[in-house]
Amino acid sequence: MTDRADWPLYEIFIRARGGLDHKHVGSVHAADPTMALEHARDVYTRRQEGVSIWVVRSADIVASDPADSDALFEPARDKIYRHPTFYDIPKEVDTL
Amino acid sequence: MSAMAPGAVAQDAATRDAMARVTTEQRVRYLLRLADTGLILAQRLGEWVGHAPAIEEDLGLANTALDLLGQARLLLGYAGELEGRGRSEDALAFLRAEADFLNVTLAEQPNGDFGDTIVRQFLIDAHQHELFERLANSADPRLAEIAAKALKETRYHLRYSSGWLVRLGDGTEESHARVQASLERLWPYTRELVEADALERAMAAAGIAPEPAELGAAWSKRVDAVLATATLRRPADVPFAWYGKQGRHSEHLGHLLSELQYLQRAHPGACW
Amino acid sequence: MIVIRIITCHYPGRQWHGGGACMYTQGLNEAASKAGAHDAAGEDSALLQRFEARIEAEEKIEPKDWMPAAYRQTLIRQISQHAHSEIVGMLPEGNWITRAPSLLRKSILIAKVQDEGGHGAYLYGAAETLGVSRAELIDQLLAGQAKYSSIFNYPTPTWADIGAIGWLVDGAAIMNQIPLCRCSYGPYARAMIRICREESFHQRQGYDIMLKLARGSGEQRRMAQDALDRWWWPSLMMFGPSDTASQHTAQSVRWKIKRFTNDELRQKFVDFTVPQAKFLGLNVPDSELRWDAAAAQHRFGPIDWNEFQQVLKGHGPCNRERLAARRAAHEQGRWVREAASAYAARHAAAAAAAAA
Repeated sequence: MTDRADWPLYEIFIRARGGLDHKHVGSVHAADPTMALEHARDVYTRRQEGVSIWVVRSADIVASDPADSDALFEPARDKIYRHPTFYDIPKEVDTL
Repeated sequence: MSAMAPGAVAQDAATRDAMARVTTEQRVRYLLRLADTGLILAQRLGEWVGHAPAIEEDLGLANTALDLLGQARLLLGYAGELEGRGRSEDALAFLRAEADFLNVTLAEQPNGDFGDTIVRQFLIDAHQHELFERLANSADPRLAEIAAKALKETRYHLRYSSGWLVRLGDGTEESHARVQASLERLWPYTRELVEADALERAMAAAGIAPEPAELGAAWSKRVDAVLATATLRRPADVPFAWYGKQGRHSEHLGHLLSELQYLQRAHPGACW
Repeated sequence: MIVIRIITCHYPGRQWHGGGACMYTQGLNEAASKAGAHDAAGEDSALLQRFEARIEAEEKIEPKDWMPAAYRQTLIRQISQHAHSEIVGMLPEGNWITRAPSLLRKSILIAKVQDEGGHGAYLYGAAETLGVSRAELIDQLLAGQAKYSSIFNYPTPTWADIGAIGWLVDGAAIMNQIPLCRCSYGPYARAMIRICREESFHQRQGYDIMLKLARGSGEQRRMAQDALDRWWWPSLMMFGPSDTASQHTAQSVRWKIKRFTNDELRQKFVDFTVPQAKFLGLNVPDSELRWDAAAAQHRFGPIDWNEFQQVLKGHGPCNRERLAARRAAHEQGRWVREAASAYAARHAAAAAAAAA
């Protein structure tokens, strides 16, 4: 019963309003990228939730491996001087 | 001099002059043609929900149905006001008889398979695109406003239906054969789209509607372009023609209206 | 290239949160328990401990994270059953689109049914992150091997049924879905948040229909009462049987797939809904229904679980019709899907050849 040609899966990213990033909202099945854009528009923007849509074939997404999360992300944890809250700026200097 | 309908947008001299050249009844009939085509087509698309080839197509067809219904409601509302007999959008949709509906006959044709539906949709979308693009400059400001909004929606409908027509025409041997057959079956109903009658000529002369020959040619050119990409053959024109826009319908409209109007007919005067 | 960030932060301060009730797992228990039994023997207990600690700490589990096989299987079945329910659920309401009694009601109903299709799409998407394809899941449904919520096997013979479904069935579903927004599995929780946001108008439009009918003509009032008479008990059955007997429940609760018991949610539903029925001036078809002032709850009559079991097994009024409609849509649409794939393949090949 399975189709000889199943439509591939696409991941959908939508920019909700000008000035915002594209955000991952979910996926659609489509035969080609143009159809994927239309499907994304019909499935994910019915309530005026978008000004721009990106579609990417799920198979083309390269993801970091959770097993590597320590190596990839731990070292950043102790470099807390990268965060603005690390610094105690006197209240009198309020423009920083 | 035709009576001004209550709530009409403030008009300049040129507009008033244009309006004077047609009767209120003509203006109402013209609006009903546009409204009813949208309403009847939306009704057909509503039958597809839950039965389309993929979930995403259920959503796509429903989207088109909702847009068309929205356009129909605006146009029916305007027609009812202009007519001045106190008929609301619902009174017009649910209580008129077959001969008073003025949709093009193509719109009432049954859904058939997905190919039949896409062909029907494409032929009407292409027509509405050219029509609304020109109506956005109508001498009737309210109609122009409705058309401008509808045009945005129609652009998407046309993109969707032409996209599918191309995929089906240039897909598999089976899809090509099926959709060529759909085109042959529905082509006779296109004559009504391009052949102008007295009402359309009068509305064009008044600057309210577009010049019919130019509209017909634009539609034809657009259709040819998409059919070529879809590797489909344009069928020959046939001498026989339908005139749903004059209230002379195929047998299908009666059945469609039985469903559409059933509850209001069964419970006269009830509120829902 | 897009890099998907995996959860790394750890925040203590756990709260007791979980998923939803049995609505989307009707018939699930047996199969999942089997998976659980195999699981305990085979899997690395250290990994399992870390997994359970993450859950305790309110972390979300994401698609590529390690998870016990039973967790994965339970979720695949629960999410897919939920998805199937949404898709099949389009049919009883879709039945009245062409006959809606006003243009506004027609628009609202099309939008609602469209939403349900969309919810199905979101949920199949969430299930697919667990390593199963939508095509496989759909095949299981159409082969009669998958379950979906029993409520959609009841017919909608009158317009008032559309009101009753929105009011009672969506009302019950919302009660179940809100806790699911905090399910431990990220994609399911996010899909549920999206669904809950869209769901809010569904119940309201149903109640609005009932209100108009209840305040309408004698015939309309009778239509509304008749619909309530037929939909009340099946709606209570939606929450599933009492889960005191199920050992599967304990695991689902521990893994934060399930939060409240079926009975708790059902009680809450009754307490919310009975006053709404009173406001409509309609009679709830339960001769044993009464207010228990001491417990501040309604007491209600016994549910016919035999009817529930029969419907689950496929002997409800519309089971065959619903499945037949979905099979027909799928079969009749096959040539369309194949055409689209053929077109895409030919043009991708042409583009590749041109680029070469």
